[in-house]
Amino acid sequence: MENREFGAGPATPVPHRGPVPPRHHAGPVTVTGLAVKVVVLGLTVGIAVWAAFPLVDAGAWAGLTLLVAATAGLCYLYLTRRYVPAKYLVPGTLFLLAFQVLPVLYTVATAFTNFGDGHRGSKQEAIVAIQTASVTQVPGSTEYALAVATTGDPATGPLVFLLTDPATGTVSVGDAGGLRQLAAEDVTVDAGGRVTAARGYTLLTIGQAGARSEEITNLAVPTAGGAIRSAGLSRAYEGKAQRTYDAGCDCIRDAESGKVWTADADLGAFVAADGERLAQGWKVGVGFQNLTRVVTDPNISGPFLRTLIWNLCFAVASAGGTFALGLLCALALHSPRVRGRTIYRVLLILPYAMPSFAMLLVWRDMFNTDFGLLNNLLGMHVDWFGNAWSARAAVLLVQLWLGFPYMFLVATGALQAIPAQLTEAASVDGASRWQSFRRITLPLLLVALSPLLIASFAYNFNNFNAIYLTTEGAPFPADNPSVGATDLLITYTYRLAFGGQGAQYGFAAAISIFIFTLVAIIAAVTFRRTRQQEEVYS
Amino acid sequence: MTAVAPPRDRTDRGGPSAGPRRAHRSWVSEVGWRHLVGLLAVAFSLFPILFVVSAAVNPLGTLSSTGLVPSGGISGENFANLFARTAFGRWFLNSVLVAGLASAASVFLSALAAYAFSRMRFLGRRIGLLSLLLIQMFPQFLAIVAIFLIFSTVTDLWPEIGFNTPFGLILVYLGGALGANTWLMKGFFDTLPREIDESATMDGASHAQVFFRIMLPLVTPILAVTALLSFITTINEFLVASVFLTDTEAKTLAVGMYGLIDGERNNNFGIFAAGTLLTAVPTVLLFQFLQRYIVSGLAAGAVKG
Repeated sequence: MENREFGAGPATPVPHRGPVPPRHHAGPVTVTGLAVKVVVLGLTVGIAVWAAFPLVDAGAWAGLTLLVAATAGLCYLYLTRRYVPAKYLVPGTLFLLAFQVLPVLYTVATAFTNFGDGHRGSKQEAIVAIQTASVTQVPGSTEYALAVATTGDPATGPLVFLLTDPATGTVSVGDAGGLRQLAAEDVTVDAGGRVTAARGYTLLTIGQAGARSEEITNLAVPTAGGAIRSAGLSRAYEGKAQRTYDAGCDCIRDAESGKVWTADADLGAFVAADGERLAQGWKVGVGFQNLTRVVTDPNISGPFLRTLIWNLCFAVASAGGTFALGLLCALALHSPRVRGRTIYRVLLILPYAMPSFAMLLVWRDMFNTDFGLLNNLLGMHVDWFGNAWSARAAVLLVQLWLGFPYMFLVATGALQAIPAQLTEAASVDGASRWQSFRRITLPLLLVALSPLLIASFAYNFNNFNAIYLTTEGAPFPADNPSVGATDLLITYTYRLAFGGQGAQYGFAAAISIFIFTLVAIIAAVTFRRTRQQEEVYS
Repeated sequence: MTAVAPPRDRTDRGGPSAGPRRAHRSWVSEVGWRHLVGLLAVAFSLFPILFVVSAAVNPLGTLSSTGLVPSGGISGENFANLFARTAFGRWFLNSVLVAGLASAASVFLSALAAYAFSRMRFLGRRIGLLSLLLIQMFPQFLAIVAIFLIFSTVTDLWPEIGFNTPFGLILVYLGGALGANTWLMKGFFDTLPREIDESATMDGASHAQVFFRIMLPLVTPILAVTALLSFITTINEFLVASVFLTDTEAKTLAVGMYGLIDGERNNNFGIFAAGTLLTAVPTVLLFQFLQRYIVSGLAAGAVKG
């Protein structure tokens, strides 16, 4: 996909096109350039062909069309002499579109649905799941001889049941998608009718099956009247569904109790007259409900506002604190009279070279109540992460340690770029050292470094690792286990989306839209201000 | 990391031109406070590292028995256990492969884009630059559910670039390449005088020759800095990697070592500390290798943002 048409050999002479060459004209074609181009485009086409086969096998015609169009577009772009800027922009943009823009758009779309645990698939999938889950063995159920097999690796591959019907002796393969009969010549069965080998499937040994017994117990093969489930590792039964779907009333009816749950298209769930909901629902659009819930639901808006304020403080204090300490160190070492500056600088940069994920965990363990270094050294037994304020101070201290070496490096570079004449002139005019720092050095530094400070703010605003790898949001108030004192919006969202209380992707996505808007507004305002500043000082 | 010493210091403080007034200043107010700040900062920056070193050589290997200085003797047992009991060697190779390939490719992709944004004028240039800034601010990992779903399909179709492979992870990291680095690099390209490439164009160089033969060598400092920053970010990336890599053999250092300390945080601490020190090795080597560019590159990037 890259375009390297530079020539190693002498460039071929260019015919003169006029007094002024056109802006980004295509230039001469060199032999090496052409060769590199052909090789790279050939590789691209090769990769596309390789990628096409699975698409054909899966019958994914839309995907195939996209692939062919993209490949053809790339070839055209790099063979034509026009569209020079696009030649440089397209490679990165393709990755950006596929792996960043597309997921972001998908997330935004999710924010308007109830996607999450219990609301993952379509209504039909929910009905099948409800019926299958209610299957029980009743007298007279058909019993099958069962062999557990997989199409992939015995330890991780998808499981299937190979079932032999005792009456007819036919063998079928079943998974969560349903039952499918196998041709007799593809399978070998033993005297008891149990399958011992089947083409295209790997049978699990007793040990392998034992290791995955939970999955085997949970696997139910839906059939017309119910489902087939395993009873042990060698027998299976076809049970009857207690709860069945009735298309006439668009409801689920329990055969035993006679209770009826009617489909509610707004909620994406089956609801009974007494308000009871079945756990299995389906995905529906909910409009702006997720977004308004952040504001209107007092259980959410209160913690949300508190988290937002702490989040802002955390980002400002992290960016500001690291900058202040880094700048102080840079100023202190910015003098030829300080001996050993090189060794100071090397030692100060060391934290930056350490792996931050590991050092966050090390810091977490230094704050450990029972074994931690801090309590050992101080001879105390303080639960640092147990109190809201000490926990907040602790995470800020950790951020200071992780971040100041970078600011020190950057500030050192920026200090060296400030002309010495400026401060010299100030001191000749009688300015004190503080005055010349306050009035000359600092403003110049801020102009140079404010884009970095904004970037640092934006980064820390969403600094997931800083919280997740240390306090994990603790301490949590007794009445609300879903949001803790050190939680940032992003760790809070993560807990909503993946936490133990059941995934709520739709709601989590709504909060991520909030976060995005906030950061974007703050950044836009600050960028505008720094641009004005730059105009003033330059 | 030793290249920080500037070619010449241009402060007035204590310089010969500072005038006779300065000579009366005591050494303490002139130089002493600088050493004090330096020493305190070094102490702050070193003590957690000292703790890690002490834990790594602690033969007991537990958190509770580790102090700031190794008191219970020194042994290499933790390092031996690290390789014997975990797949640390594999994690290390995976991390270096992923971070190395991803940062190299991401620097190349963003250099291409930065060249176009800096040197060419085309429809959608401003909008393109602004949207890069905006997209970068969307916390990418919040899209993790979407990325997971997309890659579930990819794994079904092309297992070679799906879950539990380094290449799937690299592809996702490359999605963030333009947003993270293009602005920094464009700023640096902007500082190069246009006359350089214009004269080359007049002499008959193609746009690609200008880019590869003239511009790229001139922006080496910022390439080095971007590569280093991107390498550090990638090797520390935890969240996406933890979703993608579940097989022990496929894990990167961040995922593997998190699992090490997750359950047994007291007992495995020595092994974990040994792993932490070894994880720092590639970064330090890269620092060493790129050191002469680091300060100038960071300063220029900082100025232009």
